[in-house]
Amino acid sequence: MFKIIKDGIINQNPIFVLLLGMCPTLATTTSLENGIGMGLSAAAVLICSNVVISLLRKAIPQNVRIAAYIVIIAGFVTIVEMLLKAYLPDLYKQLGIFIPLIVVNCIILARAEAFASKNSVLESALDGLGMGLGFTVALMIISVVREILGNGTILGYPLFGANFQPATMVILAPGGFLTLGLILGIINVISAKRRAN
Amino acid sequence: MNLITIAISAIFINNFVLVKFYGICSFLGVSKKVDTAVGMGMAVTFVMTISSIMTYLVQTYMLTPLHVEYLQTVTYILIIAALVQFVEMFLQKTSPSLYSALGIYLPLITTNCAVLAVTILNAQNGFNFLESVVNGATAGLGYTLAIIVFAGIRERLETSPIPEAFKGFPNALISASLMAMAFLGFQGLM
Repeated sequence: MFKIIKDGIINQNPIFVLLLGMCPTLATTTSLENGIGMGLSAAAVLICSNVVISLLRKAIPQNVRIAAYIVIIAGFVTIVEMLLKAYLPDLYKQLGIFIPLIVVNCIILARAEAFASKNSVLESALDGLGMGLGFTVALMIISVVREILGNGTILGYPLFGANFQPATMVILAPGGFLTLGLILGIINVISAKRRAN
Repeated sequence: MNLITIAISAIFINNFVLVKFYGICSFLGVSKKVDTAVGMGMAVTFVMTISSIMTYLVQTYMLTPLHVEYLQTVTYILIIAALVQFVEMFLQKTSPSLYSALGIYLPLITTNCAVLAVTILNAQNGFNFLESVVNGATAGLGYTLAIIVFAGIRERLETSPIPEAFKGFPNALISASLMAMAFLGFQGLM
């Protein structure tokens, strides 16, 4: 049981290993707060949609399954969107269009197709939890790097003195690509060393 | 906003891939060869244009009059999914050569967030019919431009000496970063 969760966070990490869901990964990691907000929103949708799809896996006809999955996912995304708008309006404004775009986040559809449509409800819920946490952790790693280098802060608190000149490029578009590219490269180096040992 | 401003903004200043981060999955996934990148770019541009038209009509004549704007996300993604399916069947019947060229990329377009993004942005910006169509088509052209250039760069990188750990995705992302830096230069256009 813990294996399913651990797989989601480490061995099958959706971003660093499976390379899914790149759009929100790059676009919403400009600050740690946004990264966590995006990660948890997607995780909530992922857990709910995994559970419902697993419950309905015998009722959904094979031919129209993708359309059915998308409607279920879109329903939960709308709920999350309304909740954020009502209770966390600042975060809602920051994430903007990337909240409705959770619908087309490849991770969620991929887990529906690859896992929830074949496994029991409990396992699917755990898979959603693991993958959702894996997604959140990956977003946190990227956004910590970008917020520190690009803004000189963590969760909005300044880390360095007033004379610190942040490298604004890191929180702009090029910095997103660059940070993720370097992190993936470093992960490759580490895993190559591990294999060699 | 006049139409030329919308077009230049969508292609260069707010390039969907390199500035706004929409459609990154297919941008990274389908850019190993220039030929396939051209096919993907054409397919995306086509679907974006048609779905801009469809979603505009549905938004104006169904969602807004009935006051069910909160159904926007669900409706739009259904329209896009149905449209992609329809385009696939239509091309199969009328133009088998184009169909086989685009074949495998067509179903992928449903989950390409660039398509959903352009339709939602049309609605958020309150574009009229013509503006929506121009925005959809030119955003698609911007996507095509970015993916073709990127595929050209990646074809060359295949044969370049790169550290083992950075081969593949890491290096592709770093190349994309340099391209994005170049596109930042367009910010001053307006």
